[in-house]
Amino acid sequence: MGLNRHHFFWLTLLGITLMLSSFSFQLYKAFDARWIIRFPKKYELPTEKWISAFLDWLVDSANFYFFTFRDITRAIASLIEWPYQFLRNLLIEGFQSGLGDQAVQYAPSLSWVAVITVVVAISYYASDWRLGTLTCACFAYLAVFGQWQSAMVTLASVLIAVPIGALGGLFLGIIAYKSRIVENCLRPILDLMQTVPVFAYLVPVLILFGFGPVAALVATVIYAMPPMVRVTIVALKTVPEEIKEAGKMVGCTDRQMMWKVLVPSASSSLMVGVNQVIMLTLNMVIIASMIGAGGLGFDVLASLRRLDIGGGIEAGLAIVVMAIALDRISQAFSVRTIKEPYNGNYIQRHPWISTSFAVIVGTLILGIFIPSVQAYPKEFTITTGPFWSDAMEYINVNFFDAFEAIKVFFLQSLLLPVKKFFVGIPWAWGIMATGLFAWKLAGWRMGIIAFLLMSFIAASGLWSKAMVTIYLCGVSVFIATIIGIPLGIWAAERQGAGRVILGLMDTLQTLPSFVYLIPVVMLFRVGDFSAMIAVVLYALAPAVRYAAFGLKEVPEHLVEAARMAGCTPIQLLLRVKLPLATPQLLLGLNQTIMLALSMLVITALVGTRDLGQEVYIALTKANAGQGIVAGFCVAFIAIIADRVVNASADKQKKRLGL
Amino acid sequence: MRTIIAASAMSLMAYPAFSDSSDPIKLTLHDWSGQLITTTLMGEVLKQAGHNVEYVQADYIAQFAGLETGDLHVAMELWETTAREAMDASFATGNVVSMGETGMMAIEEWWYPAYMADRCPGLPNWEALKDCPEAFATPETAPLGRYLGGPVTWGGFDDERVEALELDFEVVHAGTDAALFAELEAAYQRQDPIILWVYSPHWAPAKFEGSFVEFPPYSAECYNDPSVGINPDAAYDCGKPTGPIWKAAWSGLSEKWPDAAKVIENFKISNADAAGMVAEVDLNGKSIEDTVAAWMEANKGTWSNWIK
Repeated sequence: MGLNRHHFFWLTLLGITLMLSSFSFQLYKAFDARWIIRFPKKYELPTEKWISAFLDWLVDSANFYFFTFRDITRAIASLIEWPYQFLRNLLIEGFQSGLGDQAVQYAPSLSWVAVITVVVAISYYASDWRLGTLTCACFAYLAVFGQWQSAMVTLASVLIAVPIGALGGLFLGIIAYKSRIVENCLRPILDLMQTVPVFAYLVPVLILFGFGPVAALVATVIYAMPPMVRVTIVALKTVPEEIKEAGKMVGCTDRQMMWKVLVPSASSSLMVGVNQVIMLTLNMVIIASMIGAGGLGFDVLASLRRLDIGGGIEAGLAIVVMAIALDRISQAFSVRTIKEPYNGNYIQRHPWISTSFAVIVGTLILGIFIPSVQAYPKEFTITTGPFWSDAMEYINVNFFDAFEAIKVFFLQSLLLPVKKFFVGIPWAWGIMATGLFAWKLAGWRMGIIAFLLMSFIAASGLWSKAMVTIYLCGVSVFIATIIGIPLGIWAAERQGAGRVILGLMDTLQTLPSFVYLIPVVMLFRVGDFSAMIAVVLYALAPAVRYAAFGLKEVPEHLVEAARMAGCTPIQLLLRVKLPLATPQLLLGLNQTIMLALSMLVITALVGTRDLGQEVYIALTKANAGQGIVAGFCVAFIAIIADRVVNASADKQKKRLGL
Repeated sequence: MRTIIAASAMSLMAYPAFSDSSDPIKLTLHDWSGQLITTTLMGEVLKQAGHNVEYVQADYIAQFAGLETGDLHVAMELWETTAREAMDASFATGNVVSMGETGMMAIEEWWYPAYMADRCPGLPNWEALKDCPEAFATPETAPLGRYLGGPVTWGGFDDERVEALELDFEVVHAGTDAALFAELEAAYQRQDPIILWVYSPHWAPAKFEGSFVEFPPYSAECYNDPSVGINPDAAYDCGKPTGPIWKAAWSGLSEKWPDAAKVIENFKISNADAAGMVAEVDLNGKSIEDTVAAWMEANKGTWSNWIK
């Protein structure tokens, strides 16, 4: 009975929207009311000007008697600058005094041999020889493919950004876990951090933190921290009640409870967060390089600007192997088992510290006489550049017609109809419909919020661009989900396949989208379809990862019980595992939407006409106000999606009695 | 001056004997080879004159924020055609000043590969486009021809031009120049029809055979006054303007490094020289440093005049 009423509501909503969307133009003509399809210009809010004025004030004249706001941010910048510069000296530049040409070097940087030794030592300490071999191979790739110099620049910034992001995220997550008020305040801020495109706040960040790598680091941390906070909150909340009880019974203080009980027992979930921070940090490498971070991101950008696809792929893969090495090491630390201690004197007890030290000193001295010990010799670097451009040309010449046919099919049967539907919706009804939609799924309060947020978008004069955004994102998320969840299930059910699939997802998420964007444009031309492919490739990872994680986390005793009750494998999956994994699946959907929205600015680079483009235009004109308003619009769409998805997740949980 | 250089080269703790600060002058680097070459050339010449130089990676437009605060000091390639607005806004603050032209001229226009001349006879005259738009059509735009324009941020008035000249073309905007040239490369490999926005100095016109379309020549009146030009009712019924590539600097530069400022102002190279170096780097795979060093070796007379 109840179900029928729901059906009626949704069908009516869809029906009215569809009708108004199809006939909005005719309505405008019939009533001669242009306001039906366009928000009247004279009622548009001058939000852009307000924000620009506020930023000017903040940057130029905000002061607290003794110091200005900019003094504070510059102080923070120098605080970050110091360890960063130290790492740069250690890894690349060497230590020197004096400036520019007059500099006198008194210690060189760590040699490539030394860096690899240290990395292998850490890997072995964290886990075993297998990990050591893997990380050794990863770093050897950097040397052999001539990426060493740039890779060390990137490594230096990652080594600063990841700890700040992970620890900062952990602390924020803990505070939010302890206080409901903080959690509620934090959620919209997190959404903003993750969804306001980085380009939107690049200009203010640069002015406040100075030009160069530090500003890039700040922007990176802003972008990479939110998943850590989110994961921390969920991880702490899902610590089994029994463990908490046990903690209470042995008389833990609040602090002990947190650090000795909750955090350790949630550590495997927390590592998912650290993983995300690492991945997102490496993801920002490209954008960071645009504002002074240099390194691998810059190489990717420069290669692709001269259509050196091979060069772009090699530099892009360097980012990926670095991500893999760092990620695996951090994962290994989370499950590390204490090994039997070595006996003997200090050197025998600490073989790895001693070895590393010996290699560092040894190569330092040897490097003076034999340059190839200090820096990997150029003659021995290899490149696969010609192979990639030849392969690309072969595919392009021989398979273009097939690709063209696929593209035309997708465009005609999916993209264009959906686009027409969304773009046709008159703004006034669009606001109403979103409000009703949110009200029905997430309660009346969310309904009102959704109504207001959508009104802001319309009143900023960005309605049609917002609709293009929703269409592009919606289609991409839809496709990413249909591909992603089955892949996630497969990965969880078969361990071998799982390793390959999850590795592939890591690759996709860390491989700078620019690397595949250019080949995609070569095969599919500039337009929405190319943009959609890029978004799907990028947003696929969380759908897969959360599905796999959710299925693996299903308590073993429930699975066992189901088996005993005689479930077939299919029943087990559909009736037991998937329903129990629903919260994780929805978290994955949530992240898929967030990532899809964050890709929008990148897709603007292939010529879409959405909010991403608006942000990009604002950046190229250094118009901070315009960028932030458009960025907020993206964020508002994300917030509505996030709340609605979460509310449905809660409903689902209640229905299942979880 | 010569003796000073020689002297400074000999002593380890050399400071320029002139009044300039020994702090490094920060030159901005962007992400295309031409600009990297120009900037490296400037930097190397400044080094020869005994200055300290530091290269800083910065976004083309975002760099103005850094130039205004003095975080950055010199920008070597600001194209009239793409940076005008940002330059004007920045000059208006009084914290950034123009350092004159680089000597290079930016050319921007519709461009087609050589094989299209057979499929649309009459090119490069623009009127040929009126007769054969279908030669440039794709399934999505047919029967209209498809013209691939630059990113919307470049402006260029192509939509208006198509209207004014009554060309049966649809304007599609690439989002970035990498995408623009990716399409060109792909189409060129397949010998597929394409007509697009190309600019020079750039490696594309050197790598691919083709020509710029010859539109009625640009004039300011043609852009501003509808009655001027072929179409009496519409503006933009002519080709695109060409424009100089500018240098700009933080306004404090000439106080802190007066000699260096003069050197930077003196810097001038020709389109041909710039294009030659770009081709060396982008097409022949030489490193930027080697290319710049080779040019400096061959053109000693030119750059030693800058530092006199």
